[in-house]
Amino acid sequence: MAETGGYLPGALEAEAEKADTRNRWLLSLPAVIIIICFAAGPLLVMVLYSFLTPGDYGNVKWEFSLEGWMNTIVQRDIFDDTLMWADAHISIFWRSFSLSVITTVLTLIFGLPTAWFIATQPPGRRELWLFLVTVPFWSNLLVRTIAIQELIRNEGVINLVLLKLGVIDAPIQMMFTDFAIGFGMTYVYLPLMVLPIYAAVDKLDFRLVEAAHDLYASRWTAFRRVILPLIKPGIIAGSILVFIPSLGAYVTPRVLGGGKNLMFGNLIELQFGAGRNWPLGAALSLMLMTAVMIALIYYVRVTSRDRADG
Amino acid sequence: MIDIDNVTKVFGAGDAAFTALSEVSVTIAENEFFTLLGPSGCGKTTLLRLIAGFEPPTAGAIRLGGRDITRLPPNQRPVNTVFQSYALFPHMSVAQNIAFGLEMLGKPKAEVKSTVDDMLRLVRMEAMRDRRTSEISGGQQQRVALARALAPHPEVLLLDEPLSALDLKLRKEMQIELKRLQSETGITFVFVTHDQEEALTMSDRVAVMSAGEILQVGPPRDIYERPAERFVANFIGESNFLNADLAGDSVTLAAGGTFPVRRPDGVRDGKVSVLVRPEHITLGGAGDTLRSTIENVVYSGEATVAHMVLPTGEPIKARLSNAPQGDGALPGAGSQVTIGLAPGAITVLRD
Repeated sequence: MAETGGYLPGALEAEAEKADTRNRWLLSLPAVIIIICFAAGPLLVMVLYSFLTPGDYGNVKWEFSLEGWMNTIVQRDIFDDTLMWADAHISIFWRSFSLSVITTVLTLIFGLPTAWFIATQPPGRRELWLFLVTVPFWSNLLVRTIAIQELIRNEGVINLVLLKLGVIDAPIQMMFTDFAIGFGMTYVYLPLMVLPIYAAVDKLDFRLVEAAHDLYASRWTAFRRVILPLIKPGIIAGSILVFIPSLGAYVTPRVLGGGKNLMFGNLIELQFGAGRNWPLGAALSLMLMTAVMIALIYYVRVTSRDRADG
Repeated sequence: MIDIDNVTKVFGAGDAAFTALSEVSVTIAENEFFTLLGPSGCGKTTLLRLIAGFEPPTAGAIRLGGRDITRLPPNQRPVNTVFQSYALFPHMSVAQNIAFGLEMLGKPKAEVKSTVDDMLRLVRMEAMRDRRTSEISGGQQQRVALARALAPHPEVLLLDEPLSALDLKLRKEMQIELKRLQSETGITFVFVTHDQEEALTMSDRVAVMSAGEILQVGPPRDIYERPAERFVANFIGESNFLNADLAGDSVTLAAGGTFPVRRPDGVRDGKVSVLVRPEHITLGGAGDTLRSTIENVVYSGEATVAHMVLPTGEPIKARLSNAPQGDGALPGAGSQVTIGLAPGAITVLRD
């Protein structure tokens, strides 16, 4: 053993490395099992259910059927079984999509100046403003939504003030409209837009803005040609963070939109509840998930291209 | 051409107020390579930013070719800046960076392209035109920053310590390059640096600044050989300061010996400080009068520096060029030597 001098010869070393890898796998096994059971498992159940037949009182019958998937966009006439477009669903898809886009745009319009304002404060005060922006996160979403209801309902603060001032004669109907949903979602998701843009503006080298001015760029041109391209990753991240939960929003449209103005999330809930059509609910959930994944893939591709560029 | 007229700049207010520049006046001539030299915090960068228009002065006026530009925003001044950090746009290629100013001025596409080509050639970066600015070296970034600022052909080019991030060899190359660009383009250069050697080698005139004031303005030779104040003498080059008595056109050193001097304005007869540059001192020559004791001798390549003490206790050092194949045998520590001063070696300081 004298010639090995206390260290392991090559073969032994490789053996030890193999054992090491094996141990590492064993150690992570519980985590892997949990992820498979509680993340992948329910997803597989959803896929399975979407191809079964609805039970009479909810749940599913173990008979293969494509009705669940078909019912997402078409519906069978109850009298003569002819197929037609499920107008109600399609209008809900459209409302979900358009309201999510509007919410994203509105949060961007309000969020960008807010983020800019915070990022240009003296360092000590920035934390306070960031804290204030995140305060709403600390209370329950339902409570916050009901607070909005207090603001915009017919007897709410806004209408009362406007009536008192004589601006309007009768209260403006804001509750249970698409406006109410858009307003509520903009409020709820605004911090998700502010924070990533703040991070991007915070990283922005303001000497570049000075350089742009020095090279004859006006304020607007400097913003468009230099600032905007540099904070674009933050804007995209914020937009995705707002758009994805908007698409599946449930509480806000439920409380502020009432029973009429459904969104995707409410439609899914309906199928598992009063609608008693679990396969349709499962199919709709998977559709929503696909839409979200498309948005995410787009985000990853855009940001990774940016990184390759920059 | 650039007229800085009694400019004061105060940052903050109340107790936190900080005066970065106090009543600075200087005139920079057309086609001049003018350097603002001083230690960090002396106000040189602030003065540059005022000329660029990034900050308004608290008081005073700035004129360019007779026109008052004090309140003009930076994008309306025919002045471009080479930033210390270069501030190249990271989302644009080398060529797009150089084209930026020209595009903002609304130049036609063909002209933009030909000027960008000219600039790339001028700074020898033709091969890099489509590179990202993050893909090129520091020296190359520096050249792109220079090309970008020169492309719109400004009346004045401001350079904020543009060479400080480069290593010594590259810095020397760029010094020569900058000087060449200045004479080729005929643009007035205002150069900020804390490196006295850089200031002396490149400039037509140098302004030495300290604590928000300009202490002395003049050609490099004047600044080095006839500094007006102790600060200037100390900041530029190596110095010996000696106590002396001024009477008429001659001084008598405290350590002995009377020498003729140029008498500066505004200095009265009596006790004064005088400056002697270490390279103007010779050792052990015939007719030397000053005696001193050697403390130590330091060999530094092209020269040998002898640190000595005069009988008055004043330290003095001499910088002696090393002769080829000389044995360099200077007397060792503790030995007594006589020292001589070259004619005109003594400068009377105003302080």
